[in-house]
Amino acid sequence: MMEIGLNHYLVLSTILFCIGLVGVMRRKNLLLLFFATEILLNSVNIAFAAISHYYGDLTGQMFAFFVIAIAASEVAVGLGLLIVWHKRHGNIDLDSMSSMRG
Amino acid sequence: MFEAIAFYLFAFLTTAMFFIAVTTSQALYALTALAAGMIFISAFFFILGAEFLGAIQIVVYSGAVMALYAFGMMFFDTTREVKEKQGNKYIIVGLSTMAAILIVIIFATPMLTDNITALYPTVGAGNTQEVGMVLFTKYLVPFEVAAVMLLVAMISGIVLAGKKMDLSLTLYSTAEIKDMKKDQDKKVLS
Repeated sequence: MMEIGLNHYLVLSTILFCIGLVGVMRRKNLLLLFFATEILLNSVNIAFAAISHYYGDLTGQMFAFFVIAIAASEVAVGLGLLIVWHKRHGNIDLDSMSSMRG
Repeated sequence: MFEAIAFYLFAFLTTAMFFIAVTTSQALYALTALAAGMIFISAFFFILGAEFLGAIQIVVYSGAVMALYAFGMMFFDTTREVKEKQGNKYIIVGLSTMAAILIVIIFATPMLTDNITALYPTVGAGNTQEVGMVLFTKYLVPFEVAAVMLLVAMISGIVLAGKKMDLSLTLYSTAEIKDMKKDQDKKVLS
């Protein structure tokens, strides 16, 4: 109980990932959907850092850095696309984006 | 002892903040709860001895990403309540199945792979120094590719969000540019 091991961090990472997954499933507003994807990426980062610490290997931290870089660029491009969509259609609801539906 | 206290405290705080960020119907509450959760996550990195990663987490997420989201929220009408998707039974079943499988895999992986040896073992220097040594030797090419990707993302963000970025002033002659300026002045005056 008092000794924090690798499994503690993995369980925490799983809980946060499930919270993010629930957010992705139930959100309709695209901005709040982006928030949920940030939660997913952060939970994975915790797992990477914990494994890196408990196995004495720096590769996990390297992957966490690249995940952070990808998250930052995803936010920039995604928000630009959202602004363009909002200018044309006036809302950012996921249900209005059904023009590709067969 | 203190590590355990810190772990459970920050685990509770992070889970609570992200739960609020996912379930609230106000976009502003979701934004602030997400920013708080990001700060609390950096505490885990400090506990784990990854100081550089923790600092990067605070700078990038709470500084850059949250500021971008705050500016993005000014564009959208987010003051009204957010409508939620009505629950679909199949989606809920699929979600819970996925989560259960994920939990099983994550619990099983460390037990299956007990004979892992470190590829780049830590040598006892400071964390930032070790990170620099590994990042600029073994991971130099991915690092540069990530830099190019960030540059592309920055330019695309500017072009997508800026006004009249599809017009290129270098492709017009001087007379056409003067005409455009005249048109603009007329619009301003009238």
